[in-house]
Amino acid sequence: MIAFFSDYTVQIVLMGSIILGITAGSLGTFAVLRRQSLLGDAISHATLPGVCLAFMLVQTKNPLPLLIGAALAGWVGTLLIMLITDTTRIKRDSALGIVLSVFFGFGLVLLTIVQKMPTATKAGLDKFLFGNAATLLHSDVMMMLNFSVIIFAFVVMFWKEFKLIVFDADFARSLGINVRAFDILLTTLIVASIVIGLQTVGVVLMSAMLVAPAAAARQWTDRLGHMVLISALFGSISGVLGSVTSSVFLKLPTGPMIVIFLSIFVLISLAFAPNRGLVWDWLRFRKNRKLIQETSMLKNLMLFSEIHTDPFHPHDIAALTAIGRGAIDQTMNEIRQKGWARQFPDKKWALTPKGLEEAKRLTEEFEEQFDVDTSV
Amino acid sequence: MGAAKGKKETIKPAIEITDLTVAYHEKPVLWDVDFEAPQDCMLAIVGPNGAGKSTLIKSIMGLVKPAAGRVLVFGKTYRPESRLIGYVPQRGTVDWDFPTNVLDVVLMGRYGHLGWFKRPTDKDRRLALECLDKVGMTDFINRQISQLSGGQQQRVFLARAFIQDAPIYLMDEPFAGVDATTERSIITLLRELQDRGKTIICVHHDLQTLKEYFDHVLLLNVRALALGKVSDVLTQENLKRTYGGRTAFLAGMTEDEEPRG
Amino acid sequence: MSTHQFEILLLASMTAVTCALPGVFLVLRRVALMSDAISHAILLGIVLAFFWTKNLASPLLIVGAAVMGIVTVALTELIIQTRKLKKDAAIGLVFPFLFSIGVILLNRFTGDIHLDADCVLFGEIAFAPFNRLVIDGVDLGPQSLWTTGAILVLNLVFITLFFKELKLATFDPGLAAALGFMPVALNYGLMSLVSITAVASFESVGSILVVALMIAPPAGAYLLTDRLHWMLAISAGLGIISAVGGYLMAYLLDASIAGSMATFAGIVFLFVFVFAPERGLLARFIVRRWTKWNFASDTLAVHLLNSEMAHAEDTERIVSHMNEHMLWDTQYTSEVIAQSIQDGLIRKTGDKLSLTPLGREKAKESISKK
Repeated sequence: MIAFFSDYTVQIVLMGSIILGITAGSLGTFAVLRRQSLLGDAISHATLPGVCLAFMLVQTKNPLPLLIGAALAGWVGTLLIMLITDTTRIKRDSALGIVLSVFFGFGLVLLTIVQKMPTATKAGLDKFLFGNAATLLHSDVMMMLNFSVIIFAFVVMFWKEFKLIVFDADFARSLGINVRAFDILLTTLIVASIVIGLQTVGVVLMSAMLVAPAAAARQWTDRLGHMVLISALFGSISGVLGSVTSSVFLKLPTGPMIVIFLSIFVLISLAFAPNRGLVWDWLRFRKNRKLIQETSMLKNLMLFSEIHTDPFHPHDIAALTAIGRGAIDQTMNEIRQKGWARQFPDKKWALTPKGLEEAKRLTEEFEEQFDVDTSV
Repeated sequence: MGAAKGKKETIKPAIEITDLTVAYHEKPVLWDVDFEAPQDCMLAIVGPNGAGKSTLIKSIMGLVKPAAGRVLVFGKTYRPESRLIGYVPQRGTVDWDFPTNVLDVVLMGRYGHLGWFKRPTDKDRRLALECLDKVGMTDFINRQISQLSGGQQQRVFLARAFIQDAPIYLMDEPFAGVDATTERSIITLLRELQDRGKTIICVHHDLQTLKEYFDHVLLLNVRALALGKVSDVLTQENLKRTYGGRTAFLAGMTEDEEPRG
Repeated sequence: MSTHQFEILLLASMTAVTCALPGVFLVLRRVALMSDAISHAILLGIVLAFFWTKNLASPLLIVGAAVMGIVTVALTELIIQTRKLKKDAAIGLVFPFLFSIGVILLNRFTGDIHLDADCVLFGEIAFAPFNRLVIDGVDLGPQSLWTTGAILVLNLVFITLFFKELKLATFDPGLAAALGFMPVALNYGLMSLVSITAVASFESVGSILVVALMIAPPAGAYLLTDRLHWMLAISAGLGIISAVGGYLMAYLLDASIAGSMATFAGIVFLFVFVFAPERGLLARFIVRRWTKWNFASDTLAVHLLNSEMAHAEDTERIVSHMNEHMLWDTQYTSEVIAQSIQDGLIRKTGDKLSLTPLGREKAKESISKK
């Protein structure tokens, strides 16, 4: 195991996936919050013709021109989406679908042409489809690092502005912030973060690398800063797990493996995250329901005793059932355990002094909360 | 009061709009609007849906490019950098599930004062707490914003505007979807601001409360149909011109007829 | 043209039409990207069904794919209903997950059978004619021609039978529900159709290019007509043009047929996008230039009318002050004034502008129709 991690190639792969996970995870946060999750999908598919064209032009496997080509194509795709939605009645989803599939199709055309070129050493362009972490070189990782340092410099520099334009663009404008410019800058950074993942995850699944960590991270925090950090953490852990498994086992493509790990994070987060998790929701729902049942029972007891002069007059459970609902025996037992009510040997129930006080307090609280005028 | 009024007439109006026409895709949203808001007034912009009320507010801040006409704020062309206007957008325009808390939203009001790289300081934080105290939200500073009621969300928005400490406040339907208690406390706060010499302009929907809450009103339906003191402007005739035929619901709200019931 | 080429061309055109029909409803219902999600996710259905039957030709593969399409839609809806994630994020999570499982299973366990990741992405329409349907020794043509044909008929039947319901559920789901048209059931019906269509087209054009054929022709048609039945017909037409043009392009470039079809679908869309009468970029540009002038003289007339009604001072109407009032530059102002005088809307007496009766009429009209 130690031997495995000290292996030079493995270290490269690990470095690459960590950088990728951190960058895509952080920028993905903004994409998800701006409801642009599917824009990532369109952009990543749209990069393919850029990669191929760049290769046809420079004819090397040097990744820099390929990635610049990818970024340019992704950017053109994004602008086209904006142009189509701004100038026609075609909606965003259709514009995304057209750019995604047409650009990818064109990429495919170019790919088949490249593969037939005599000089092509098969170019290894295939790996841009599903990604292959094992083929990452030291130079690739260094370039990813450079890209991501630049991306992060922008994010840190314009943190406030990005936060504000995503949350409340109108207000940002009223402060004199150039929303359009920051919007384009943020989208450009998202394009860049997609580009650095292409070799590892591939164009087909790169969007998941943006969406999934952010979606999972949202469950654990209510602060944007923390969300970015957690998202980066989830992204890099999944990246590492995916890359390692695909490097160790034969015939496991990297991209899909990373997506599987990401999905596990999402599933766990959706279910178990404190406060926002579904399990948490369910427990809260149960607790609320129990509380409502208890307090309504208590009030009913008080209501009944108001008929009598003695507030502690015992009542038959049948009478309570008549106006109450649900698990009545269980609720009564809960109330007794709290010392609010007692049961006589003839099975009748009565309030305790403590219970009466509680019932009065609850009634007052209720009136206050709903602004009921009690003075009349 | 009389003397103060006499003096005021020599002062430049807070906002002066002449011949403003705004169009989206060559469809006019505002047609040749003339409008003047005196300093430290409390003015309501009233009109039916699609009357261009929000657009008017946005053009005052220079967020909408006019097809013709001119907007002056204190006699000058307005640029957001001069920070003369505090803005309260409609509550529905933001994503309340955004991961942020109450204090943070209020601090956003200071972003215009901070340069790039700069984070809010302790002084900004103190100011934010003061403003939250004013709107009665001190107990909620760390609350995630989706867990607030409509009234509480509006209070947070107000606090964010107050921290800007601007001489003019533009508010887009500040009373929409808030509870009665909040509505009363908001109006008290706005009166306080007015007493301190601030100008307040609200898009307002409720004709019932118009007379009670505001001193000036602009009736708007693409064109400016009437402008002035609420008591002068709020006539059956003017409302009919503003709202067209649908005036049955307006009965009993105006000065020029006896209230019914 | 050889029989082989003719068969490919026929299959390509049929696939394009089959895709375009349900695509119209995806575009109108603003769920175009569900086609992307479904076409990816069905891979898992196909792989699982293949494990079950061990037969690549089994019709169960289509059933498996259709089921997986429905699962995708249901899972997405389920996530949206938890209200933890927005719709776009939900879609963006579900299909990569299902697709990834499909790809991994495919890579690990299906060894050398004719089903690999490349084929999933790109399809192999060029090989379609080799797989022939032979009954009692009679060659009835390529098998995929028959499957695609059957699904085309299915789509036609579904859309014809439920035309009224689909139309209403698309434009007013609330009313459709109130009238008892069960928009939810209809939605799942439509999504099943999309899944089945995607399966049939999968083999020929692959999972991503299906999206091009489902979305690009209907989006183009959306710019050409306002009537639903025309939109269906035009989409089918644009689909056929994309298929034929794409095939030709692939032949000339010696490149992937499916990729060329998608590219050509894009070219066709781009052409419509620029040149469509009324809604095209060019037409809009021309109309806008015209309305801009028209609007400027309207604005001037309305301004004059207002100052007339308000009995404002004469400075409001003086030519040399006009640019100040309208905040237009001097050049633009004098052009607008000249144009308006020429159109007989205003007249100039000395330095003062006033409305002609015609101009007054027009200004009043502009105001009343707001």
